[in-house]
Amino acid sequence: MSEVPDNLKYSSEHEWVRLEDDGSVVVGITDHAQAALGELVYVEVPEAGQTFNKGDACIVVESVKAASDVYAPVSGACQAANPALGDAPELVNQSPYEGGWLVRLQPSDPAELDELMDAEAYARLLAESGG
Amino acid sequence: MPYIPHTDDDVAAMLAVIGVDSTAELFDEIPDGLLIDALPGIPAALTEAGITRLMRARAGRDGGAVSFLGAGAYEHYIPAAVWDIANRGEFYSAYTPYQAEASQGTLQLIYEFQTMMTGLTGLDVSNASLYDGASAFAEACLMAVRVNRKSKSRRMLVSRGVNPVYRAVARAIGGGQGIELVELPLDPAGRTDFDALTKFDGEAFAAVCLAQPTFLGTIEEADAITDWAHAHDMLVISICNPTGLALLRPPGEWGETGADIACGEGQPLGIPVSSGGPYFGYMVCRKPLLRQMPGRIVGRTVDIEGRPGFTLTLQAREQHIRRSKATSNICTNQGLMVTAATIYLSLLGAEGLRRTALQCHANTNLLAGKLAQLEGVSVAFDTYFHEAVIRFDRPVAALVDALGERGILAGYDLSEHYPELGNALLVCATDARTHEDIDAYVAATRSALDRSQAA
Amino acid sequence: MSEPVIFELSRAGRRAPTHAVAEVPAHTIPEALLRDAPPVLPEVSELQVVRHFTRLSQLNFSIDTEFYPLGSCTMKYNPKICNRLAMLPEFLERHPLGDVERGQGFLECMFELQEMLKAVTGMTAISLTPMAGAQGEFAGVAMIRAYHAARQDHERCEIIVPDAAHGTNPATATMCGCTAVEIPTGPDGDVDLDALRRVVGPRTAGIMLTNPSTLGVFERHITEVAEIVHSAGGLLYYDGANLNAILGRVFPADMGFDVIHVNLHKTFSTPHGGGGPGSGVVGVNDRLAAFLPVPIVGRTGADRFVWLTEQDLPQSIGRLSAFMGNAGILLRAYIYMRLLGRDGMRRVSEYATLNANYLMQQLVKAGFDVAFSERRASHEFIVSLKGIAGETGITAMDFAKALLDRGFHAPTTYFPALVAECLLIEPTETETRQDLDAFAAALIDIRDQARTDPDEVRAAPRTMPVRRLDDVRAARQLDLAWQGEPESS
Repeated sequence: MSEVPDNLKYSSEHEWVRLEDDGSVVVGITDHAQAALGELVYVEVPEAGQTFNKGDACIVVESVKAASDVYAPVSGACQAANPALGDAPELVNQSPYEGGWLVRLQPSDPAELDELMDAEAYARLLAESGG
Repeated sequence: MPYIPHTDDDVAAMLAVIGVDSTAELFDEIPDGLLIDALPGIPAALTEAGITRLMRARAGRDGGAVSFLGAGAYEHYIPAAVWDIANRGEFYSAYTPYQAEASQGTLQLIYEFQTMMTGLTGLDVSNASLYDGASAFAEACLMAVRVNRKSKSRRMLVSRGVNPVYRAVARAIGGGQGIELVELPLDPAGRTDFDALTKFDGEAFAAVCLAQPTFLGTIEEADAITDWAHAHDMLVISICNPTGLALLRPPGEWGETGADIACGEGQPLGIPVSSGGPYFGYMVCRKPLLRQMPGRIVGRTVDIEGRPGFTLTLQAREQHIRRSKATSNICTNQGLMVTAATIYLSLLGAEGLRRTALQCHANTNLLAGKLAQLEGVSVAFDTYFHEAVIRFDRPVAALVDALGERGILAGYDLSEHYPELGNALLVCATDARTHEDIDAYVAATRSALDRSQAA
Repeated sequence: MSEPVIFELSRAGRRAPTHAVAEVPAHTIPEALLRDAPPVLPEVSELQVVRHFTRLSQLNFSIDTEFYPLGSCTMKYNPKICNRLAMLPEFLERHPLGDVERGQGFLECMFELQEMLKAVTGMTAISLTPMAGAQGEFAGVAMIRAYHAARQDHERCEIIVPDAAHGTNPATATMCGCTAVEIPTGPDGDVDLDALRRVVGPRTAGIMLTNPSTLGVFERHITEVAEIVHSAGGLLYYDGANLNAILGRVFPADMGFDVIHVNLHKTFSTPHGGGGPGSGVVGVNDRLAAFLPVPIVGRTGADRFVWLTEQDLPQSIGRLSAFMGNAGILLRAYIYMRLLGRDGMRRVSEYATLNANYLMQQLVKAGFDVAFSERRASHEFIVSLKGIAGETGITAMDFAKALLDRGFHAPTTYFPALVAECLLIEPTETETRQDLDAFAAALIDIRDQARTDPDEVRAAPRTMPVRRLDDVRAARQLDLAWQGEPESS
């Protein structure tokens, strides 16, 4: 049974989104996702300033067996990527919601945040898909 | 039946297990209209003795000339141990090392090869090979575009000193992804013209590409070009002859920070010229770029008992995982040739390779010097590694034919690809050539020139 | 049993000098262009080299020593005579840029190889230059693009690929500047025709298919697939990886394919060499002949052979290698084809298919879950270990490692991805019934062990030079070149 913190929003692609006080959002992948991927060996992150539309592939997480895209849950510009991931990609596995955050985005369309799921809806999604 | 071990009893028993009366039934899912019942276009089978006679006869029509040809494939002495070992069935008939525990021989060998290539080039990480030097260059161009985030350009500045066929292959392979090659001219010394390079200030390119030595045999002064490229947000791709790397300053030491991607043809390292292949391409890059490098890479790790072992790593970049987003579609590479090269480099060592390089240089020097004493013949450039451009006062094609009749492959006629050099021939005298060979060449040339002068 | 890295055997100043140049000649190269320090290469004796690499070879599995039922790889016997004759000194010593008059023997072999490849595929023109299947695929898709461009049809940039396709297929589409569009496979193993009809259109450049497919079964509706794609204006590309199953029985040209590649290192038994060199020759019909990669061997007169280049094929997609591809590999394939002859080629597909169907039935009878067991196997078939994994926790990966301990190289695992926990098994025609029975017995034995002592299966391999390797560590703590210091004593 994977962890689904209440205070976050979620996408159907197993990303979580945390709204910060300054209007930016922090994005990561959920506990379910990191377990499915297995031990990560590398995370390829975008550069500051790169912009994305909702649903664009913006990050690549790489395990031994697979390299998977992580999609932008909202449209926006990348402000920063987690600098700790270069040396320690395993943070994503160990602490997917805290130390293993991926990027911080400045959203360009606040309305998209409302399209994300809350914790309960995401938990239901996981239950229905047997995850 | 060649290579089919089944007896009639075997077949009968197997058909019974499957539950059919004949092997023909096993093809009953194939639509009728598609099944053919014979191969009339194929000749009848030969026995081993028969094919041996045929191939000996065919081989007997070939060769028999002393070669002074280089131009991308080089004849060097290959120690007997190289192919004796490489031809062992355990290397020859082994598969790609996907099941690491059953492939430690191949994997360790590739790791040793990777180490040797980083040593030769002075860059950080090598792959396990690409198909050949030309396609390696094409892949290097594609890699430079992927890697160079500052410049979004798909244009490459490529020296005219790079083998013309390599440039053609880069266009053929890279064209599908929008790669465009822009030529950098050569100066009167046969090296990339630095002033011409500086005129591209303000334009965007993914990389500057230099060959060392150039296709014409000359030796580039790469430091200024490397620094200029880096100062203008361009990567540097080097295409180096590996024998030359035993002697010449390696690309990892070019300029302030070195070249970014080193690629080239590995054939000189223990592989005969073999009518054109199989050879192998090498690629080595700086560490920050390694995730964009195509091809297989072997890493050293430990097993569950802490014993050191080797495995393919960083496979997530490759086609079998990343599919449409792979760094390249390459799957099979040139494993057996890498095996030979690794054994060759182990036998020669740095000193052996350096002496081979120096011997080639000395032989070409000797040949060029003697030819220059003939009337109407001159050496085009002062400084070269193991190939020299010889200028004549008349078209070289007839000369090449005349020497051909005397059993000498005179060299590569440059008139098609380098018309600005006039009547020019690229000659190469490696360690495989003796002083007698060289004297015979000079005598034959003298005779051919006199004869055509008189005519 | 392990072998030190060769650099650990180095001692400063040690040489293997018998072939080396005796005296160091003077040179005229300016100092500034020379390297300061020599490259780090081994400093060992010749005997050390021979022992080291011989011992390394002994750490490998190989066809010469083990059964290798790798699906999609066609690990058949590599005849020694092919190697011996391809390495005749006149072939090895010939420079590729040498006068064609001194290469007529080699060129005649190449010409005849082209003719024989036409004769087994039904295609009208062949290029021998692509150096591996993936390069052949590149050539094929590039030719398809060139064909459409020549007809001013510039919208066509989609390549349709079944979801079960080999990874090189979509990777190739990308390399050619196309987008890969996936279509699903139906439950009976054939491509989903309705899905295909939905995705074809004015943007379709072509479709890439293997037949028999990667699922080990014949694509029964291939004629309809060809009809659908051709009607939409697209072309058909045949991935020849599975040609061994139908060699001499079906012409890819008859199935509607416009361009094919043949993996000579699979069907025509050139050596796998620990990862190459291979050869991915391409064949085309008249539509695409003008675009073939150069050079090609032509014949002028009864007995004279020449290279045809860009001058002769001005619409060619160009050159893919510096010279003409993997010449030595082409010679080996030529020799093999001459040894098989017209009847031998048909026997290849006959016995490859017999061996696969027999082994499949043995495993069905033993209670394994075989995909598409109600259909005929081609030259390969799939076993799914999903049930056993659910029951015992033992996976396809565990089976693969346990097979190594029993002296068999594992089959292909986890490909095609469509079938969970799968083994793709291709025995080839050169294995005896007894070898197949032994392999089946080994699988049964491992399954039994999985049920009674799963930890022991998970502990496999035990008898190989290494136990299971930490590949996470290999990727996180990258050690890709030896960094140790050479010994000075």
